[in-house]
Amino acid sequence: MKTYYNPEDLKKFGKIGEFQKTMADKFFDYYGEVFKEGALTAREKSLIALAVAHAVQCPYCIDAYTVDTMEKGCDEEQMMEAVHVAAAIRGGASLVHSTQMMNKAKEISM
Amino acid sequence: MKSLKAQNHPLANTEKEIELLESLDFTDTFESKLKESGLFPLKPTQIEILQINMGKMCNQVCQHCHVDAGPDRKEIMEREVMQHCLDVIKKNDIKAIDLTGGAPEMNPHFRWFVTEIRKINEDINIIVRCNLTIILANPKYHDLPDFFKSNNIEVVSSLPYFNAAKTDAQRGDGVFGKSIKALKMLNEVGYGVEGSPLKLNLVFNPSGAFLPASQADLELQFKRKLSAQYEVQFNSLFTITNIPISRFLEYLLRSGNYENYMEKLINSYNIAAAANVMCRTTISVGWDGYLYDCDFNQMLELKVDTPKTQHIKDWDTAALKERNIIVNQHCFGCTAGAGSSCGGATA
Repeated sequence: MKTYYNPEDLKKFGKIGEFQKTMADKFFDYYGEVFKEGALTAREKSLIALAVAHAVQCPYCIDAYTVDTMEKGCDEEQMMEAVHVAAAIRGGASLVHSTQMMNKAKEISM
Repeated sequence: MKSLKAQNHPLANTEKEIELLESLDFTDTFESKLKESGLFPLKPTQIEILQINMGKMCNQVCQHCHVDAGPDRKEIMEREVMQHCLDVIKKNDIKAIDLTGGAPEMNPHFRWFVTEIRKINEDINIIVRCNLTIILANPKYHDLPDFFKSNNIEVVSSLPYFNAAKTDAQRGDGVFGKSIKALKMLNEVGYGVEGSPLKLNLVFNPSGAFLPASQADLELQFKRKLSAQYEVQFNSLFTITNIPISRFLEYLLRSGNYENYMEKLINSYNIAAAANVMCRTTISVGWDGYLYDCDFNQMLELKVDTPKTQHIKDWDTAALKERNIIVNQHCFGCTAGAGSSCGGATA
């Protein structure tokens, strides 16, 4: 069965330079730099990446950062809490806009 | 759970295991990677560690066990083989004796053997790979912490995580609780306690088809959690990668992770880890006295490549130092990422 997402395609990510090498090289250099141990640990960055992967709903990123967080020593409880952070921000982002709805509703009401 | 051998599982046949390891069509073989690194044929540097497998009998049946150990395994090292080991220890400059199994303490000659090794050399490092639960398995083992202490033994014990869910999933129901009790008993006699010379090291291996985290980071997490929640102390944490043989190979195949795991090991090949693989400094002795490059080759029945000195009774230091170490695809487990050995990360 054909699907839009194929887990095997994740392995081809490094080959996107085939169509545009300069930009791909710059992206992967940047990507590597971002995930290095810095002011944040590699483990903290991996948990952020896992949360963002869920926020942007990228199945490739979810697979990749599920493995990566486990290989950085995170357990399932910590990983799920990271996803809840993403969910809280996504939910909050909708709800905070309700203030605009409330403003408008009040504006046109007696 | 029964051992693969008791189940008559196809993977209890080492030829079948090797066939499977060689069946995946990857561009890189371990041999080709070593050639690229200038390390083929792989040679010993010196023989510092004698790792002795005292038998496959164990009170636990862990999901990932590369020995396929368990209560149904009856292979046990006899005293005659131990005497040959003692002769080798007497005549050679070996720095450490690493006793493993199964549960080595279940061998009826275990205490005699340890005492005899200590008589030969007061300073030699004797390591026991103790699964912890054996200490509580039977009243006759309750005094093991004192026995270890009186013979100045280093204790190395597996604890895959600092919670029951992950530990029990890998090592059996109730193992975490018993392991904590046993660790407390070891702490009570001075093992792993700050300022004490008695060493208690823990071993972490992943509960699944992924690589271990950074050894230093995990050690910090384990120390924090075990101290805060259970008041347990230990010295160092060793991270070990699961090698794709025996029960772990069976798990990989059953869970559909085999190909991806092998690919990960191969893609994570690290030349620094390859240069430091433990088989360059170790000889592994099987329960029946045959010699191997490591415990994994032992379980695959790949004897040392020295046809005239393959048994402990025929030990020939010069021949063993000159031998070519036998390698195959499972060796990628020791060279992935930060590397892996019985003493933890190698790179």
